Amino acid sequence: MSEATPRTMKILIRVLFIVPLLIFAGTLGYLYFGLDPQRDPRAVPSALLDKPAPDFELPAVPGLQTPGLSRGDLEGGGPVLLNVFASWCVPCRAEHPLLSELVESRGVTLYGIDYKDKAEDAVAWLEELGNPYAAIGHDDSGRAGIEWGITGVPETFVIDGDGTIRYRHAGPLTRQLIEEELLPVLEQLR
Amino acid sequence: MIPEIGHFALILALVVALIQGSLPMLGAARGKRGWMRVAEPAALLQLLLVLIAFLALMQAYIVSDFTVWNVVENSHSAKPLLYKISGVWGNHEGSMLLWVLILTLYGAAVALFGGNLPERLRARVLGVQAWISTGFIAFCLFTSNPFARVTPPPLDGNDLNPLLQDPGLAFHPPLLYLGYVGLSMAFSFAVAALIEGRVDAAWGRWVRPWTLLAWCFLTGGIALGSWWAYYELGWGGWWFWDPVENVSLMPWLLGTALLHSAVVVEKREALKAWTILLAILAFGFSLLGTFIVRSGLLSSVHAFASDPTRGVFILILLGLAVGGALLLFAVRAPKLQAQGLFAPISREAGLLLNNLLLGTAAATVFVGTLYPLLLEAMGGGKVSVGPPYFNLTFVPLFLPLVLAMGAGPLLNWKRADLAGVLGRLKLALIAAIAVGLGAWILSDGGPVMACLAFGLAAWLLLATLIELAERISLFRAPLTESLRRAGRLPRAHYGMSLAHAGLAIAIFGITASSAWKQEEVRLMRPGETLTLAGYAYRFEGVERLQGPNYRSDMASFTVTRDGDYVATLTPEKRLYPVQNAPTTEAAIHTTGLADLYAVIGDPQDPQDRAGAWTVRLYHEPLVPWMWAGALIMILGGLVSLSDRRLRVGMPARRRKSLPAGAAEA
Repeated sequence: MSEATPRTMKILIRVLFIVPLLIFAGTLGYLYFGLDPQRDPRAVPSALLDKPAPDFELPAVPGLQTPGLSRGDLEGGGPVLLNVFASWCVPCRAEHPLLSELVESRGVTLYGIDYKDKAEDAVAWLEELGNPYAAIGHDDSGRAGIEWGITGVPETFVIDGDGTIRYRHAGPLTRQLIEEELLPVLEQLR
Repeated sequence: MIPEIGHFALILALVVALIQGSLPMLGAARGKRGWMRVAEPAALLQLLLVLIAFLALMQAYIVSDFTVWNVVENSHSAKPLLYKISGVWGNHEGSMLLWVLILTLYGAAVALFGGNLPERLRARVLGVQAWISTGFIAFCLFTSNPFARVTPPPLDGNDLNPLLQDPGLAFHPPLLYLGYVGLSMAFSFAVAALIEGRVDAAWGRWVRPWTLLAWCFLTGGIALGSWWAYYELGWGGWWFWDPVENVSLMPWLLGTALLHSAVVVEKREALKAWTILLAILAFGFSLLGTFIVRSGLLSSVHAFASDPTRGVFILILLGLAVGGALLLFAVRAPKLQAQGLFAPISREAGLLLNNLLLGTAAATVFVGTLYPLLLEAMGGGKVSVGPPYFNLTFVPLFLPLVLAMGAGPLLNWKRADLAGVLGRLKLALIAAIAVGLGAWILSDGGPVMACLAFGLAAWLLLATLIELAERISLFRAPLTESLRRAGRLPRAHYGMSLAHAGLAIAIFGITASSAWKQEEVRLMRPGETLTLAGYAYRFEGVERLQGPNYRSDMASFTVTRDGDYVATLTPEKRLYPVQNAPTTEAAIHTTGLADLYAVIGDPQDPQDRAGAWTVRLYHEPLVPWMWAGALIMILGGLVSLSDRRLRVGMPARRRKSLPAGAAEA
């Protein structure tokens, strides 16, 4: 800049003062895009819906009797539920009794992925709240989470007997959601 | 009949706004005094007309006039009077009418108290204000008419969202709007100055009180909203980095920056273009906030009815207002000459650093809030940006800001001696390190960031007190001399000290409650006792109560510490049958150093109400300090506002052709 003459400096300053306008115009464009009525900001769709479940193999949570989980476990039986949880996630705690109830009173098969969690925390958590899971994969690195396209915990998937993903819910389950969405999907697949 | 009067008054207000936006502007350009003088009566008339419209709507709510569609949608005859009134702005149409009312209120305030402004500037400021109100009154009338009728009228209304039936939220929108819309004053002043092509020390002094007023309201509005989230949502948190919260934080950050840079314009005639830009952007972010909340652009925990056509309308308004102002800025601002030069270490430089950090902080919040949308627009799928992003970007920006805040007020204008200043702040430095280390030891090596923040808060608090003590020569001169000096110190100075100290106290609260909060969630049977952070909570059971428009399960906890009775907490879970919506009412007992916070969930077995219930207990250290800090900051703003030099109605001082650098510090 030491070479700049007063004239080029002046032009530079002029350009500098246009920058806010340009940034604003760009922002406006994006905001306009955001108004598309087709767009539902709450629906984070899964690219995996109606596709075969991804391949994965996860070890058991160290210190827990429950076996680990791999792609093969999901296939062969009736429809199964796969729940991604973590002991550090508060909403997971909220949905936990609902999951237990599904297993106990509706006979649903429930598998779990313990997502980015310390083994000892997960063991303590399950000891405190009970363990309704038939098998739990310990996804320490979050690798399987990437395969499954997890955007956050908790998430719940329904997988049919062929290993195809039929339903996905991001966020905690509620009683209403279970009655109105989850159970009908399970019923249909039986 | 009354709703039609309101509707008609609103149409008339639009006509008045059109006149106020055109005649005085033309008059100012051509030097016609008569045309310019139309501005003041027009501003007052506009306020009167919008007030009639607003009161007409309020009347419809109070008498539960179910022929008005808006009342049907958002009210219910069994609702308490307070919430019938707050229901007026608890919905989209009514809240936009409140927005317009506040806008015209500010316009009328300029007309009444702006006697010290040069005639031409005043006409232009009011003209720009009228442009904004034209846009928003048209928005109300064409896309969100609150006076639309319904036939045949239903027997009763649909009730207000029960989450909003709360005293905190009844006053949250008006306060927040007073802040948001108050920034329109700074915007109008900036645009008027750009049209005039002149920004000087006097302009800096005129724009400051309006910004300060808006800032006080905005601070109050944000704090109240946060307080509402804290006790009504029942999650024990008070800030969730939710888009709706973020859009109120951005104007606050820029408004704070504007307050500080306007001081530099006033005292030193420097940073002019920057200050103008801040004034435009601060209001721009307010409009953006309105746009985001009203268009349903981003998903949020806060529920509002959204409608894309309204979104397009606000987007056009936003484009015209901010785009137009920035275009004017690009053309005119390069000509603004800075007069006061300053060294890299000086009060000006300190304030510039403050501005840069606040501006960057606002930018990170902006990026974090809109990034999901940006990524989606580029085909990258949907993501959500959560607290980790903000903790990672926003917090590291705020720490140096606090560090600079402690030393800034001790720096001299033009050129300062940093080593000397730090020498005077030795005590604060030592105390800060002691507090930081103390926190680290007491929390068994708790989060390093939190200990650092504790140390910085202590630094800011002490440095502020030391600065004030030095100013009045406390302990150096005889006490009578100190008192005399204290009496002569401008109120704006006390205001600054209060605001800075308030922030320090708030930081203690924010840090402690984020880092050292304890929670316990479990099933409890009546008679069981749970101990959290040294307090024993005995669960006494749950009883069923009937409220005016809800029924409630109220639990009761007896809290003791070392066997001594502390408090009885009675959290509730309410069901509002009209909307079939449940709400949680947390029970909070504050000890001054911590909040004891209890929430009741569902019974384990819905049939067995005497059995086990899900119970959530939180121990929230120093949370009360956060609210106290916010109140002290607002108090500081108000004290500063009462300063004689900033008094809005003070007689005009002619400072027209100021020679270069002649503004006194």
